[in-house]
Amino acid sequence: MDSVGKAMPKLTINGKVHDLDVAEDTPLLWALRDGAGLTGAKYGCGIGQCGACTVLVDGEAVRSCVVLAVDAAGKDIVTIEGLGEKGRLHALQQAWIDHDVPQCGYCQTGMIMAAAALLRRTPRPSDADIDAAMTNICRCGTYQQVRAAIHAAAKA
Amino acid sequence: MATVQIDRRRLLVGGAALGTGLAVGIRLPGARPGARAEDGSPEVTAWVVIRPDETVVVRIARSEMGQGTLTGLAQLVAEDLDCDWSRVTAEYASPAANLARGRVWGDFGTGGSQGLRASVPYVREAGAAARSMLMAAAAARLGVDASALTVAKGVITHPPSGRTLTYGAVAEAAAKLPVPRRVTLKPRERWTIAGQPLKRLDTPPKVTGAQVYGFDVRLPGMVTGLVQDCPVTGGRLVRFDAAKALAVKGVRQVVRIDDTSLAVVADGFWPAKTALDRLEITWDYGPNAAVDSASIARSLTEGLAAADANDGNSAGDAAGGLSGAAKRIEATYSYPYLNHAPMEPMNATALFTGERCEVWCPTQNGEAALEAAASASGLPAAKCEVHKLHLGGGFGRRLAQDYVTQAVLVAKQMPGTPVKLLWTREEDMARGRYHPAMQARLEGGLDANGRIAALSVRLAGHSILGFAKDPLVFQGLAARGEHRFGYAVPNLKIDYAMRNSHLKPGFWRGVNINQNAIFLECFIDELAHAAGKDPLAFRLEMLDGDVRRRAVLEAAAARAGWGTPPAAGRHRGIAQVMTFGSYVAAVAELSVSDDGRRVKLHRIVAATDPGHVVNPAQVERQVSGSFVYGLSALFLQACTVEKGRIVETNFDSFDSMRLAQMPEVETIVMPAGGNAPWGGVGEPTIGVAAPAVLNAYFAATGKRLRDVPLSKAGVRLV
Repeated sequence: MDSVGKAMPKLTINGKVHDLDVAEDTPLLWALRDGAGLTGAKYGCGIGQCGACTVLVDGEAVRSCVVLAVDAAGKDIVTIEGLGEKGRLHALQQAWIDHDVPQCGYCQTGMIMAAAALLRRTPRPSDADIDAAMTNICRCGTYQQVRAAIHAAAKA
Repeated sequence: MATVQIDRRRLLVGGAALGTGLAVGIRLPGARPGARAEDGSPEVTAWVVIRPDETVVVRIARSEMGQGTLTGLAQLVAEDLDCDWSRVTAEYASPAANLARGRVWGDFGTGGSQGLRASVPYVREAGAAARSMLMAAAAARLGVDASALTVAKGVITHPPSGRTLTYGAVAEAAAKLPVPRRVTLKPRERWTIAGQPLKRLDTPPKVTGAQVYGFDVRLPGMVTGLVQDCPVTGGRLVRFDAAKALAVKGVRQVVRIDDTSLAVVADGFWPAKTALDRLEITWDYGPNAAVDSASIARSLTEGLAAADANDGNSAGDAAGGLSGAAKRIEATYSYPYLNHAPMEPMNATALFTGERCEVWCPTQNGEAALEAAASASGLPAAKCEVHKLHLGGGFGRRLAQDYVTQAVLVAKQMPGTPVKLLWTREEDMARGRYHPAMQARLEGGLDANGRIAALSVRLAGHSILGFAKDPLVFQGLAARGEHRFGYAVPNLKIDYAMRNSHLKPGFWRGVNINQNAIFLECFIDELAHAAGKDPLAFRLEMLDGDVRRRAVLEAAAARAGWGTPPAAGRHRGIAQVMTFGSYVAAVAELSVSDDGRRVKLHRIVAATDPGHVVNPAQVERQVSGSFVYGLSALFLQACTVEKGRIVETNFDSFDSMRLAQMPEVETIVMPAGGNAPWGGVGEPTIGVAAPAVLNAYFAATGKRLRDVPLSKAGVRLV
């Protein structure tokens, strides 16, 4: 049999250590979804184009479909399920609700994670900062509400 | 107050069971005798379940794919129910139960911008019927006449005595009463829930990752399958060698689905994908293996002058009018095939046991999905069930149930094992139900006063319905109905020559208004300039007298400041359509740089009159969202064909607008109200964005772009 990797290193996801049995060429997205059972990060393209799979790795937004799970070992991985703290919504999640941002919603968890990375770096982003950071695809076209919600969260 | 007669067939099926407390002749799948929700709460009517804790569960037949229909339908039911909106939740009605109960919830189809407007009469009656039953139960409990009671937000009051009862307290008794034959609906001016910009009901789980889409379904013992269909439509699967695929850890088996496709079944997506890439497959590409975009374009161009055309809309003598015109212009436009590319690729999860077949899937038509499950499983529909999930986008693609059929055909080969069958993005791009490609040849003649004396429009391209007299191709160009042409042209001929390729066509948000609005509204603009007239003034002069069409044009123009010059370097364009029963107009404002190769959209003002509005906040979102969808196509997208197959395989070659490219969209929601018929919301506005932008581009550059997408001309949206 091929594709049987070495023992998969442990992944720290939302503060919990996971011992996942996946092949070593497995993208982080599928380790999260099929391995850890965390389906908040979505599959949209598999080639890092759409951003639906965005998660934080050591605070940076990464498109988890094009990052190997092994390369995230030893790092701090945060998914949408772990964005809020102690059962409370993150300011972005609350702003998303207040601005009624999602339509179909499929891209929105990735959108929120990209925004979380932006606010970490730039707590009060300008429109230009938002333009540059928010490159995820939303086919429903929620961009106006996304922009408004990020500004609102930044002020929260 | 309006009093309406309830259709007995529609409500009494549920009501008969309720009246006796017995499920007479009705057995719901899953052994659910009697009218109770799964948690045991009383079902007041088929549409309304009220729990003891006062939660009001509204059953929804249509699908939620982002367009807000779930919330809008719940608003309509809640309005005539007079319940407390903060206690309302919505759940999908079961397609199998609908079948078993004589289609008590009506049509499940969610397309054609029909979700709300086609449901309006009966969902309001459903709310009113439940209200009447709850009031009757309260009256009996209090020993008073129901006419002595009032209700607000689910609290029933007997003013003379001050006694109150809640809906939750009387729901059990109400559920045992017969459904009334007549109900009273609230007049529009007393609406407090419907018509309001309320928040959507489905938002919270969508921001926490808790929302389960089809891709996220997990069942005990479930396996994951990935589909590979023949890359060329019309070809077939000859054979495959699975040895290398089966060597991948976690792969269970490789199964043939049908004549054209197979699936790799594994313990998860990644092993299945790894195995799929290692499969050795022999295809017979069939008779379409030589087709390419150039051959398709030649076929359409030939159709522009062919004799086999069918009339769509005509008046007077177009040929005579053109030859006698003081000034004559002509132009040819073209529009490509497009994939829907919803963010969530096609998928379905199926469990076949030999006696039953269950499917979990995102679908725009739960009943059609049920039919597909029955047909593929070979079981009667009564032994099947479809568990609907919110769609990660639909846009028309999920009106087809091909992915449901595939999932059931695979599950049938693995009885007892739930199979989640997924399409990769590449499979989704290759197996689309494509927006039809179309070309148009337009000739227009102006009289000495600069009015349109004659117009001919020849359409040539793919018919979605697949026949030469397809009426849908005339969306926005028709003489009557809900997609009307709208200009008073004395000599008119609009006809269509069907030219189909091997690709499977489908209903893509807006359908044929996408290209027809460009053809007509850009050519009207060309005529306005040829006449030396302002494009707005020219349109207003040529309109056929429909005041609602004039009103949206004037409203959009006024808000956009049409009569005043735009800021330096900015240019405006205008367009209007009437489609899906709604009137829409838009003014786009843009600037260009790099010799017209870079376009920046600053602002689009849109006015829409859909007759009536259930949730204005959601209407605004549908307008701006439709612009993203339509303008992504205008600037960036085409599905092209080489060797019979689709060239664009993913978002790298089939790009979509990003946030930075989004203009500011201002929406004027101006429903005519009164006796106006209900129009659609999800689709009509998509038509105006592209021609308004193209007309603004002409204002900026003096160049007409007539070939979509604009990327072909090297024009980029920045």
